[in-house]
Amino acid sequence: MTIRLLGCVALLVALALPALAEVPKPVVSIANPGKCVAPVEEMRRSHMDMLKHQRDKTLREGERGAKASLNACIACHASKEGGSVLGSKENFCQGCHSYVAVTLDCFECHQPKAMKTAGAKP
Amino acid sequence: MSLEPDSRRRAFIGVAAAATGVLAIAPGIHLIAAADARPAGEAASSKVRWGLLVDTTRCKSGCQECASACARENAIEPGSGRPSQNSQWLRKIELKDKSSGRELSLPMMCQHCAEPPCVDVCPTGASMRRADGIVLVDRHICIGCRYCMMACPYQARSFVHEPLHAQNPEVPRGQGCVEACTFCVQRVDKGQLPACVEACNSAGSGAMLFGDLKDPASDIAKRIATVASSQVRADLRCDPAVRYQGI
Repeated sequence: MTIRLLGCVALLVALALPALAEVPKPVVSIANPGKCVAPVEEMRRSHMDMLKHQRDKTLREGERGAKASLNACIACHASKEGGSVLGSKENFCQGCHSYVAVTLDCFECHQPKAMKTAGAKP
Repeated sequence: MSLEPDSRRRAFIGVAAAATGVLAIAPGIHLIAAADARPAGEAASSKVRWGLLVDTTRCKSGCQECASACARENAIEPGSGRPSQNSQWLRKIELKDKSSGRELSLPMMCQHCAEPPCVDVCPTGASMRRADGIVLVDRHICIGCRYCMMACPYQARSFVHEPLHAQNPEVPRGQGCVEACTFCVQRVDKGQLPACVEACNSAGSGAMLFGDLKDPASDIAKRIATVASSQVRADLRCDPAVRYQGI
């Protein structure tokens, strides 16, 4: 029994290891690295909750200028080249989201380019 | 009475107030209601009700300044090949009284009703009215069913049929959601005028007056109290925040 269990574990490890080795960690280029609104650990774990909480506050209640803001994220995290958080696996949002295979719906509506580079303003 | 110098003076006061940062002379009394940016973290208040008065006697036939400023500000572009499906937040309409021959032109957009039928019919709560009276679509929960489009007596709403890529970062909009005039909420929250009003003023027409209907000292409240203005389809008792003078 124990031997069979060990065999299973060994098989799983053997199967998983090459897979892990083959998927490269996302390489992200950040235009303005520096001061984030929260420590990296907290941002990695909670950015989606911060943004989701804030979107309701901003849209439904009209609160502006809060700590978490998608436009503020984009202002720093857009890549130097395209000025966007999308476009390739080197771009901040897309890089991690494609690595962890999580759909990124924000930019179905939101502009992924930093404010100053977007061509929409009059 | 000429309104032209007055509107110039208002614009000057707006600029001066914005430059000095002195916006309120006492609580509740503002030099200019529309130049009152809400501080960060403060929610929209029901003490304010944003409204718009359109003076149709000053609105020029064929002039599209308001409509094109709206499209520029909110990055509304024609779709690919189906003009009837294009988003339309503000449209100019030309009217003619057949018996008298009198013609007039006016902008029609979301009327930001106090009792909005679009909010009543929305099955998800996406169609909503903010505390300060601005009627918005919460695209995060809009499922694109378009009930609100059918309910709106003013045909003010549009459905986005195609994917969009050139949004204004401050005006998110996308495929599969219903949308309409927001009174340029992103500008109003900063103390600026809606793009259409600003464009109408700079074009010299001065046919649009935006402000707080609940503040008796505001220009719009004073004007409504002194001149005849009416709501379109007032019989439906939706109580629109957009009023028209001279229709």
